[in-house]
Amino acid sequence: MSDTALAPPTAEITYIQAVNAALRWALAELPETLVFGEDVGLPGGPYGASKGLRQEFGDRVFDTPISETAMLGAAIGAAMRGRRPIVEIMFADFFFVAFDQIVNQMSNIHYVSRGGFRLPLTIRSQQAVVPGACAQHSHAVEAFIAHVPGIRVGLAADPQQAYEMLRAAIASDDPVIVLESRALYQQRGPVPLDRPIEPVGGARVVRRGGDVTIATWSRMTGEALQAADLLAADGIEADVVDLRWLSPLDLDAVMESVARTNRLIVAHEASLTGGFGAEIAARVADAGFDLLDAPIRRVAAADVPMPAAAHLQTVVVPDAHRIAGAVRELLAF
Amino acid sequence: MDSDHQTYRLIRLIRRFEEKCVELKADGRIQGSMHLCCGQEAIAVGVCRALEARDALTVTYRGHGWAIARGLPLVDLFAELEGRESALCGGRGGSAYFSAPAYGFLGENSIVGAGMPIAAGAALAAKFDGSGAVSVCAIGDGAMNQGGVHETLNMASVLRLPLVVVVENNVYSELTPIASMIATETLVERAGAYGIPGTRVDGNDADAVREAAATAVARARSGGGPSLIEAMTERLVGHYDLDPQHYRPRGEIESAMTREPLVRLRPVIGERRAAELDREVERELDQAVAEAEQVRFADTSTVGDHVYV
Repeated sequence: MSDTALAPPTAEITYIQAVNAALRWALAELPETLVFGEDVGLPGGPYGASKGLRQEFGDRVFDTPISETAMLGAAIGAAMRGRRPIVEIMFADFFFVAFDQIVNQMSNIHYVSRGGFRLPLTIRSQQAVVPGACAQHSHAVEAFIAHVPGIRVGLAADPQQAYEMLRAAIASDDPVIVLESRALYQQRGPVPLDRPIEPVGGARVVRRGGDVTIATWSRMTGEALQAADLLAADGIEADVVDLRWLSPLDLDAVMESVARTNRLIVAHEASLTGGFGAEIAARVADAGFDLLDAPIRRVAAADVPMPAAAHLQTVVVPDAHRIAGAVRELLAF
Repeated sequence: MDSDHQTYRLIRLIRRFEEKCVELKADGRIQGSMHLCCGQEAIAVGVCRALEARDALTVTYRGHGWAIARGLPLVDLFAELEGRESALCGGRGGSAYFSAPAYGFLGENSIVGAGMPIAAGAALAAKFDGSGAVSVCAIGDGAMNQGGVHETLNMASVLRLPLVVVVENNVYSELTPIASMIATETLVERAGAYGIPGTRVDGNDADAVREAAATAVARARSGGGPSLIEAMTERLVGHYDLDPQHYRPRGEIESAMTREPLVRLRPVIGERRAAELDREVERELDQAVAEAEQVRFADTSTVGDHVYV
């Protein structure tokens, strides 16, 4: 019998199809699941995340008015009463329309009730910088959310991660926010289906190399890998660590890498100041001061509101070339 | 016990509980600001009488009376207020954030109007879990101006959720008269804009409140969707316990004291019976205060517990 006969089925699907598959799994296997949001029901979601689900599963998949506060609060209350809601915030920028429900409500309830109330809810949203999109559709919001105790935050870098991390988020009894990358929605990749559900947490090392650690997440993981290829042409080998989850943060994975490379770059699509790269840099500087041969450098978007014009975006947004350039600077330190 | 006697006793219990909180704060046993419900008790008493154990509710930060009317043990409330490791929230919640799953008490809320969508969520769960539960949200008059309240009234109506909205209109939106903060005569007239029935009642008449609540609850439970009850009342105390109430016209509080629920009920049950019930209430409260004093303070090593599951 060959190995492939024993392997679980693997689909070659896009990131957004992987999201759809995870939602389908939840509705099929977890009867308490509800899936809702703006245009989520009959329209199947503006990007197709919930395509076909209302047709297949009926009333548990439904549309809401354009009312983020009502939607998020409803997810919270339904979770407190035993449902497993998965609510979509159409663009991550729209979290701010209803941030009270995230920060002042959702994050506190398990703590204040000392576990009496569980909030097994998942909030899915997407973020990216795409030409023509303005500042109000371009925020990367992970730093705002990961700053709040009580919430789990994950960002998937490819279709397989999108599938596995969303399933982990749904299965978790903590409130989890998954931030998808709209720029990766049509990226195709192998997605093993029907593997055991993993717990929330854990980074993955996507490339091994001894000269520098690039810690990153979401779309920048792909940019980091491209940067690593550019550097390899000059004999510089990079470790690329896709953090995946910012809460819980797998600092051990970063430390293990830095112990071998002695240099750290943190790359993220969000703007520099107060970005989550600052948190990682501070922690590594604290726990790994003796390991470092150079300062920790962050590669991030410039501190400007995101302009819509594509040529302006290219000088704001980090990419493989800027990451590679930052690595070379560290090596010259 | 006769219904009027029960009503008097429960309102008196809440009233004296609130006054006891003021004493305990003066003694240094309670720290922090409190929003007391003296004068408004009949609303909580009336509504809770129309509810069943399976139902859920969210309330405001002026929620001690709701907690008591819903049946939460007094010793737990006093211990929580004193920051002790109460069976309620272990000292994590304090006066304005009581939370009790076993009573369907989804919690007080310090953010005006924020409990409304959460109550709608509890109602949403009931649509799917076969419990037949309804969800009550108590908000103040000021909260009717919060965006999330508007969103929820619309969404709950569209989704036909089993929700009952009780507006405790004490005519003050925090320190400002509500009349200067709303463009219409009443709040109940907004209900039609959401396609839901609205009714305005004398919030100081527990029976009238109970009747309105029972109608709304029956409607919700039978799939008829949400309704709104505007219960008119007056608070006899400040917005918060140390509020000097300079914004209230001279004589207003004294005048309100002639219309408050206990003053109305005393002649109904008679002075002798009222005095008996008053003594019972004092004994019950004194016992709860004494028991609460025996509850220990949480070990500081536990401060990080329950941030996550």
